[in-house]
Amino acid sequence: MSHGDMLKDYRVTDEPYYRPVADEIALFTAAYDRRLPVMIKGPTGCGKSRFVEYMAWRLGKPLLTVACNEDMTAADLVGRWLLDADGTRWQDGPLTQAARYGAICYLDEVVEARQDSTVVIHPLTDHRRALPLDKKGELIRAHADFQLVISYNPGYQSLTKDLKPSTKQRFTALRFAYPPPEAEAEILVRETGIDPQLAPPLIELAVSARRLKGHGLDEGISTRLLVYAASLMADGVPATQACRMALIDPLTDDDDIRATLEHAIDALLA
Amino acid sequence: MPSWPDGGAAPSAATALQDEENGWRQRLGCGFVPVQSIFAKRLSDARVHLRDADLAAYIDAARVLCRLGRGPEPVLAFLEAWPQAAGRFGQDGLAAIMAWARGIGPTPNGDVLGGFFRALPALADALDGSARLKDYIDLLNAVARHTTVSIHGRHATYASHALPELIRVAPPHLKHVSLAGLRTWAEHGLRHDPHNPQRQADYFAMRSADSRAVFQDQRRGTSLRAHERRMDLYLRAFWNDAAPIIAYSEAFDHLRKPQPYTDDQGLHLPDLRDDRDGVSGLDQYRLILAHLAAHRRLSEPLIADNWSPFQRLCIEYFEDARIDTLVLRRFPGLRKTLLSLHPYPGEHDCDSARESCIRHRLTMLSRAILDPDCDYGNPLLREFVGRFHDRLIRGDSSTQEMAALATEYLVLSRLPSDNLPKIHFADSEIPYRDDNRHLWRFIDLDEDQEEAEVRAPEIPAAPGITHHYPEWDYAAGDYLPDHVTLHEHLHPRGLAEEITRLLEKNAVLARRLTRILDQIKPQGRDRLRRQEDGAELDLDWALRSWIDYRCRHTADARINQDIRHAERDVAVSLLLDLSASLADPIGGAGDRTVLSLAQEAVTLLAWAIDRLGDPFAIAGFHSNTRHEARIWHIKGFSEAWNDDVRARLAALRAGYSTRMGVALRHAGRALSQIRKDKRLLLVLTDGQPADVDVSDPEFLIADARQAVRELERQGVTCHCISLDIRSDEYVQRIFGRHFSVIDRIERLPERLPEIFLTITS
Repeated sequence: MSHGDMLKDYRVTDEPYYRPVADEIALFTAAYDRRLPVMIKGPTGCGKSRFVEYMAWRLGKPLLTVACNEDMTAADLVGRWLLDADGTRWQDGPLTQAARYGAICYLDEVVEARQDSTVVIHPLTDHRRALPLDKKGELIRAHADFQLVISYNPGYQSLTKDLKPSTKQRFTALRFAYPPPEAEAEILVRETGIDPQLAPPLIELAVSARRLKGHGLDEGISTRLLVYAASLMADGVPATQACRMALIDPLTDDDDIRATLEHAIDALLA
Repeated sequence: MPSWPDGGAAPSAATALQDEENGWRQRLGCGFVPVQSIFAKRLSDARVHLRDADLAAYIDAARVLCRLGRGPEPVLAFLEAWPQAAGRFGQDGLAAIMAWARGIGPTPNGDVLGGFFRALPALADALDGSARLKDYIDLLNAVARHTTVSIHGRHATYASHALPELIRVAPPHLKHVSLAGLRTWAEHGLRHDPHNPQRQADYFAMRSADSRAVFQDQRRGTSLRAHERRMDLYLRAFWNDAAPIIAYSEAFDHLRKPQPYTDDQGLHLPDLRDDRDGVSGLDQYRLILAHLAAHRRLSEPLIADNWSPFQRLCIEYFEDARIDTLVLRRFPGLRKTLLSLHPYPGEHDCDSARESCIRHRLTMLSRAILDPDCDYGNPLLREFVGRFHDRLIRGDSSTQEMAALATEYLVLSRLPSDNLPKIHFADSEIPYRDDNRHLWRFIDLDEDQEEAEVRAPEIPAAPGITHHYPEWDYAAGDYLPDHVTLHEHLHPRGLAEEITRLLEKNAVLARRLTRILDQIKPQGRDRLRRQEDGAELDLDWALRSWIDYRCRHTADARINQDIRHAERDVAVSLLLDLSASLADPIGGAGDRTVLSLAQEAVTLLAWAIDRLGDPFAIAGFHSNTRHEARIWHIKGFSEAWNDDVRARLAALRAGYSTRMGVALRHAGRALSQIRKDKRLLLVLTDGQPADVDVSDPEFLIADARQAVRELERQGVTCHCISLDIRSDEYVQRIFGRHFSVIDRIERLPERLPEIFLTITS
């Protein structure tokens, strides 16, 4: 069976916009050449998923994305038996599908899944490159194109939301951060078509807010939120309202932080 | 007969004046020699301020004072002060004052009249009108009534100690508080220490720390304390500066008005700011912080000894203008606030023939630099504004460059009158700027500092960490700020084996507890069967459904099974009363004390909680007056139940009293930081809150109740385990439903863990 047919919908056809910050493209390509599993760490909204999408396009491979959550079980990844008119039928999960037909399987925010669920990826991530389906009695040898990529945000600082050491040990890692200000300005202008003069104060606001991480903010203003704010502004929403809607209100309900950031908007965007 | 150099008409005018003066003198009819000798001068002063009708009232009032039998002092003070206050208070005010004076004159407090009149001009400034004067007089009357000591029902025998102090202190302070605030402050003073006149006098003279703390609370304006976190966030977010923000008070410093400043310790800001020129106190604070933080980042110190005082002043103005320009460059939105606060002196306001215009000139320059719309015409000033901006076109310039520019400007603009002693100060104070002490290094001073550093600082025998907590005054319905000083110590260690032995001794009980624990301990995951949605097929049910389907029955769709994760989400803090009564022996049980039983109970409880895996902390508390409340750290949330902890628990000692509110607040603060669904504060106590410095038994009960309410608002449940069988009444008032009374104290070791398990499972 040709995997092209099976995974047609998962191919990235148009080039996604991605602005490289360092040599991450070369490093990821090198890891893919050896089919090494890759872990991408970084704060929310700094471009992890966009990067994986871009790499899938660049390498010409299908991309299966799984958004992990707390209720996710091993069966959701591997597959399960379902009932149909003729009895039971096995349905592959996304991980099995990717391994069987050769795709990049991307587990987004993998720490959101429970640690015992994520253990099923272990046999795929070492020299075995195999996935035993114990319920079905099948052993899948991973397709030559298969690669496993996970992303995670180390900033939560919660004991329960961390990877098992044995899981961590199986990945190479790329560490992402918010892009430097010039690069971030370029991203805003390219993504939203905002006036290049307006980008620097937006970024200064984001940088200010990022310094409050751990002092009442769990996460700083992400590049993604900046893009939202800039899109609103590019469409003619006044700057203060766009910033309030896209940058402050989603982030915090803390009155003190809100007051500080609102003051920042007034001071920076006058 | 005086000689008149002009001759002619003057003598007759002088005679007329003399006649008029004699007329007033007769109307005054006061025989005191000092009054007589100064009367002519006072009369001529009064004529400047008062109209004829007012003058008559003025003399009549003085006449009354003369006959009060209090000597010449009140009359002299009144004659001097009233003309300055008359414009503000008017006839109504005078009538009110005289009615009060007539009332108080014959009482033992009559001596305060002199002081009252001396403070009158300041009072007139602060009250601004006679309407509030009546309220002020009411306040004086109330204080007089409550602080005048009467013995054995005889009529007031001793004069109030507090009243003269209040009269002296209040007028200058009314600038900072409203009259209502002053009244609240005074009521605090009347309510506390009613039997210690000397301490009360200290309170009203603002010599005591309590008095100042209560007064601070009453001041109006935006208080830094209320916005401390915002300021911290602002500094951190915008300036990436984590320096502490320290408040200083402007209320008690009369010698020199302090300005904001920065030094090694942090940023020093006034504790209170009134709205000003349409700028809120909060925005003023932000601007001060921006200015200070930019200084810290961009200014470099200069050697002060190399410059004259004028040069230094001039350099400071240029450097401040540079800092403000750079702040505005980064935050253009601050320009409006900044220009509202920056004075805009008129170009010709200062008369350089008679006064020194140096500050006026520099303020104008600073304004012209910051305000593009400024319309000063002085060519030299315009030239330097231009040169200033040239320096800043490319980059940030530097303190050195500003110093050179400032020195040059000073040379070119210098006037001979700059050295005049009278300096034109009007409109030259820029309220958001600091005193620039960081800008100057004094070589001499540095040497002194080095010497000071050679003397190694002595490490005081630190009694632990000190905290201040408010206490609730139920009579006032308000908090007494920073009323209790709490010292936090690590509990001394004993032998951990004793605790292990205690556990062995209670092995039977422990086994029974284990059974209960196993029942309530979550097993990690529950299997939920017959779910419509689930992780896996539940084969038994799926098969049954399948058969139904094949037999054409209605098939049940609930054929999946799912797993639910169950966890305990509880954090516990255990607070032990360690007051002296814990050392009482238990009747009939030999040498056992309440404390030893409590120790046993806590050991079992701690062991049980540890088995359950809930985070828990243990602390003991007692107090010896409000200046010496103590909390003994036995186990923290992050510590394991190990030998260190057991050793501390083994060394429990009892002493002093039970000040419960402060201990609740402290333990609750740590507990509320723990992120758990249920947060439980267990208090083990044997009696009602009491302390040696509190005579009103209700006071500490009310404070504890208030502390419990505060904690409930923060999501912390307080539960009391009382060993006092007569405690139902007050424990219920403090803790509401959340209490258990242990009537047979010998059963405490088994009851305590049981109670805990019942509450939390």
